[in-house]
Amino acid sequence: MSPGTGNRTTRVLGLAALATVVTVVVLGLVVTPPDEVQGDLVRLIYVHPAVSTWAFVAFGVTALASLLYFWPATRGRVWDQVAGSSAEVGVVFCALSLATGSIWGRPAWGVWWTWDARLTLTALLCALFLGYLALRRTGGPIESRAKRSAIAGVLFSVVVPIDHYATDWWRTLHQRETIDPFHSLHIHGSQLWTMVLSFLAFGLIYAWLMIHRFRLEQLEERVETEGLELALAARRAEGGGPQTAAAPQASPVGAAATGEASQQ
Amino acid sequence: MWRDAVLVAGKDLRIEARSRVTINQVAPFGVIVLVLFAFALDPDRGFLSTAAPGLFWVAVLFCSLLGVQRSFAVETADGARDGLRLSGLDPAGIFLGKAAAVALQLGALEVLLGIGIAVLYGTTVQGVGLLLAAAVAATIGLAACGTVYGVLSAGLRVRETLLPLLLLPVVAPVLVGATRAWEVAFGQSLDDGWKWVTLLAVFAVVYVTLGILAFGALLEES
Repeated sequence: MSPGTGNRTTRVLGLAALATVVTVVVLGLVVTPPDEVQGDLVRLIYVHPAVSTWAFVAFGVTALASLLYFWPATRGRVWDQVAGSSAEVGVVFCALSLATGSIWGRPAWGVWWTWDARLTLTALLCALFLGYLALRRTGGPIESRAKRSAIAGVLFSVVVPIDHYATDWWRTLHQRETIDPFHSLHIHGSQLWTMVLSFLAFGLIYAWLMIHRFRLEQLEERVETEGLELALAARRAEGGGPQTAAAPQASPVGAAATGEASQQ
Repeated sequence: MWRDAVLVAGKDLRIEARSRVTINQVAPFGVIVLVLFAFALDPDRGFLSTAAPGLFWVAVLFCSLLGVQRSFAVETADGARDGLRLSGLDPAGIFLGKAAAVALQLGALEVLLGIGIAVLYGTTVQGVGLLLAAAVAATIGLAACGTVYGVLSAGLRVRETLLPLLLLPVVAPVLVGATRAWEVAFGQSLDDGWKWVTLLAVFAVVYVTLGILAFGALLEES
């Protein structure tokens, strides 16, 4: 098994993501024209909607994987690992969505933040999944932690559809969807294609991060389950091997560490 | 299920009657929070009576955190949780009993804090029915939701810090709904207060149902 989290797939994905991001940057900053009303500010449309949408997708994946873990017929470690990895990437995307939205809001609305339904719900979603990640980091038996996390993952994801439809259900300062594939488009020409490409770019970044994080989760779990046995085997080998003479030199360090621990 | 619920609620309330933690510690804490809000907002500026509904429910939220933590802390000593798991009681009954005990204690605290805002902030009530309906629905919602997240974080080393992180964002709708309904009951708003009571009731029903369904699985893992 490869010692890291990368392989040919992730390298190809990473390069594809990089190439797409560079294309979006060139198209977004150089090729596409400024907006009639918003001017250059419109260029944030090539970042903000894509990160927000992929944050929703990430939390949706967490909900689905949590359900599959919670369902006895489909229960498997892999679903818990997928749920955890996707939530972590989702929180990063959600935080980016809040940050880019705020940067857009200052010149467009005159404020960095407003208590509008969409913004408030997105902040709430971010806070909920930070709690979910904290719950995953509490230690204890893996199965027990996974079951608690699965319930929390499903419960917290309920906010995602409410947040998505917030702009339709309430009168918000946040604009409605620019691209609504089933009804209408409010963007055309090179701006439309750049925006579509930005969704692809952030989708590739999501997939790339997701695979790396998923493998990291598996490695972390291996350390948790096999770490103690490996450490014991290493000590045994140390004791029986040719380095026995080095043991007395190591003991003061061990004694100091024990002393430190007992003081705490 | 109902008999088990009454047994568990009776046990939790008897522990409270003997230890008096809610009366001696949580209730004074709630009053101190009300006084600190008054210090922060300067009573002379007239903000206090306007902000009273929101401040009241924030104080109740803080108290509910302590109440829920206490409700599960009593199960950690002497392996009481193992006893509860092995008792053969219906998990749904245990959930309803624990939530009912938390709700009753919260209700008593709300009466005290209600007198507190009337005296300290100078508020007057115009719609008693709306005020009571909102308080009952919000209290059931808070107690049910708190019990679900309480058992979710029970048994963990970091439960004291984890519970507020999990619970406070989730109960945000209760804070919003109860505050808006009380603003109408205090005559500060012309909004329809009953639609907020409906929101509170839906929240309460969702979490009571969820607790009945999921409590068993969560208790096994705690």
